[in-house]
Amino acid sequence: MIYNMEFETLPREALEAIQLRRLKNTVERVYATVPFYRKKFDEAGVKPSDIKSLDDLKRLPFTTKQDLRDNYPFGLFAVPMENVVRIHASSGTTGKPTVVGYTARDIDTWSELMARALAAAGATRGDIIHNAYGYGLFTGGLGVHYGAEKLGASVIPISGGNTKRQIMIMRDFGATILTCTPSYALYLAEVAQEMGVEPKTLKLKAGLFGAEPWSEKMRDEIEEALNLVALDIYGLSEIIGPGVSVECIEAKKGLHIFEDHFIPEIIDPDTGEPLPYGETGELVITTITKEAFPVIRYRTRDITSLNPEPCVCGRTHIRMNRVTGRSDDMLIIRGVNVFPSQIESVLMEIEEVEPHYQLIVEREGTLDTLTVLVEVGEQAFSDEVKKLQNLERKIEKNIKEYLGVSAKVKLVEPKTIARSEGKAKRVIDKRKL
Amino acid sequence: MRVEQISIFLENKAGRLAEVTKVLAEAGINIRALSLADTSDFGILRLIVNDTEKAKQALKENGFTVGKTTVVAVEVEDKPGGLNKILEILKKAGINVEYMYAFVQQSGNNAVLIFRFDNTDEAIKVLVENGVKVIEGKTLYSM
Repeated sequence: MIYNMEFETLPREALEAIQLRRLKNTVERVYATVPFYRKKFDEAGVKPSDIKSLDDLKRLPFTTKQDLRDNYPFGLFAVPMENVVRIHASSGTTGKPTVVGYTARDIDTWSELMARALAAAGATRGDIIHNAYGYGLFTGGLGVHYGAEKLGASVIPISGGNTKRQIMIMRDFGATILTCTPSYALYLAEVAQEMGVEPKTLKLKAGLFGAEPWSEKMRDEIEEALNLVALDIYGLSEIIGPGVSVECIEAKKGLHIFEDHFIPEIIDPDTGEPLPYGETGELVITTITKEAFPVIRYRTRDITSLNPEPCVCGRTHIRMNRVTGRSDDMLIIRGVNVFPSQIESVLMEIEEVEPHYQLIVEREGTLDTLTVLVEVGEQAFSDEVKKLQNLERKIEKNIKEYLGVSAKVKLVEPKTIARSEGKAKRVIDKRKL
Repeated sequence: MRVEQISIFLENKAGRLAEVTKVLAEAGINIRALSLADTSDFGILRLIVNDTEKAKQALKENGFTVGKTTVVAVEVEDKPGGLNKILEILKKAGINVEYMYAFVQQSGNNAVLIFRFDNTDEAIKVLVENGVKVIEGKTLYSM
C-alpha cells in the first residue's frame, strides 16, 4: 500500500522540480541562520544563489559527524529553541552524543515518513504494531510510534527488553506487525520457542527491521522463524531517524529513499567525488524539508549503491541497496552505535589503565556480544584476584554508563594486542552476517 | 621480618606458565614457594625466589607484568592443628588474611605458611607476641 500516493509516485521530472525548490530554500535558510554553514559555504566560495540546478548540490561542502560534535549541543539548529519541540541524540565518536532537534512540523514530517514506511510493509489502520525499538533518546522507538499513530494503526510501545513478557503480549494482543532490530527479531523467535510458543501461531504478517546491518541470509532466517515478511528500514538520527528509506513489500529489493524530503548521493569515501548510479560508495544525504536540524550533504559513512530502475510497487523514489559496511570504524552492537574511540575515552578516564585495548565483536546465537581486551600494565596490576576483578567490573560499568552497551572486559598481558605499523588493530569483528 | 614475593599476571592460555619458568631457569633463579590464583580469564602467579630483584628484572625484560609485594612467612610444626593455631590467633586479633599458601620444608618436620595481610606490620606484631615463629626473608630465600 502507498500512504502518500501523490508524493511517492511523482513523475521524476515533477519530483526533481520539487527537490530543487526545496533544496534552494534549505540552502538559503541554513546560510542565513546557521553560522557554521555560512562559514563553510563562504570558505568553499559558494553562495545560495549559485544553486541553480540539482547538479549544483555537489558544489556545497560536506557535513560530517565531527562537525556535529564541534557544534555540540545545539550549534547547528536552524531555529530558535522555542520552536524546538523534541531533542534526540545518538552516540558520538567520543563521550559526547550527537544531538538533533525537531520542530512541530519536523515531527509531522517524520511521522508521515514512518507512516509511509509502515504502509510499505503492508500496514493499515487495522494493524497492531508491536514496537520493540528502544524508546528514549534513540530515535527508533518514538519514530515508529508516531508513524504508527499517524497511520491510524494500534501501536504497542513495548520498547526493548523483558523478552518473555514481550512474547506473551505479542501473542495475547495479536500483533500483526513487528518493528525492532533484526537481531532482536531472531532473539524473540528463539525465546518464543523456549517458552513453547510456536512463532508460527502468532499473527505476525510483516516486520520492519533496521538500526543495524543485516543480510539476505538473516532475512531468510527471520522470515522462517517468525513466519512473516521481513523488510529493511534505514535511517539515522542526524538525518531524521528511521524512515529515511524503506523496502516495499511488493519488490523486497532495495530501500526507497523518500526523495521529496531527502536528496541522496553516492561518493567515493576517499576522494569525495560523486559516483554514478549503480556504483558502490558512501551514502551522502541532504535534507530538504527539515526545519530545526537541516543537514547539507551529510556523510552517513554507510556504504551502499543507488538503483534508479522503476519499481513494481509504483513508487518513483530511487532505491538504495542494503548497507554493506561503513567507511569509518563505527560498530553497531545490538542497535547501539559504538566507536572504538569512545571505549578509548572510557579507558583514559581510569587512571591505572593504559589505553591499549582491542574490541572483539561476536554473534552468540542471535545476539551480538562485545568483549573488550585491556592490557594490564604495572600500574593496574595487583597480586590480589579481587582487585583485578574489581577493575574489570569498573571498566564494564563505565562502558555501560557512557555508551549504553554491555561489554565483557577481559584483562590481557601487556603487548599482546597486535600493534600493526604503530597503529593497533582495534577491532575484530567476527560476526558473519 | 617481611618476605618479598613477586607476582606475575598470566592470561589463561596454554604454555604461559612454562614461559615464566623458562625465563627463571635461564636466569638461574631458584623457586622457593609458589601459588597460582586463577579466574576464568586470567591467573596470578605468586613466587618466592632466591633472588627477587634478578627474577623481577628477567621477567620484565621478557614482557611480563610483574609486581612485588610483602608477605609474611610463618613456621609451624607439620602436624594436625598447626595451621589452625595460627588462624585462631589472627582471628582473635581481627586480622584479615588476603590469601595464603603453604609448603613443607625439606627436613619434613615443619611447614611454612605464607600469608598476605592487608596490614602486614600489625600482623607480624600479633604473631610475634603470640610466640609464633616468623621467618626472616633472608632465611626463606636460601632455604
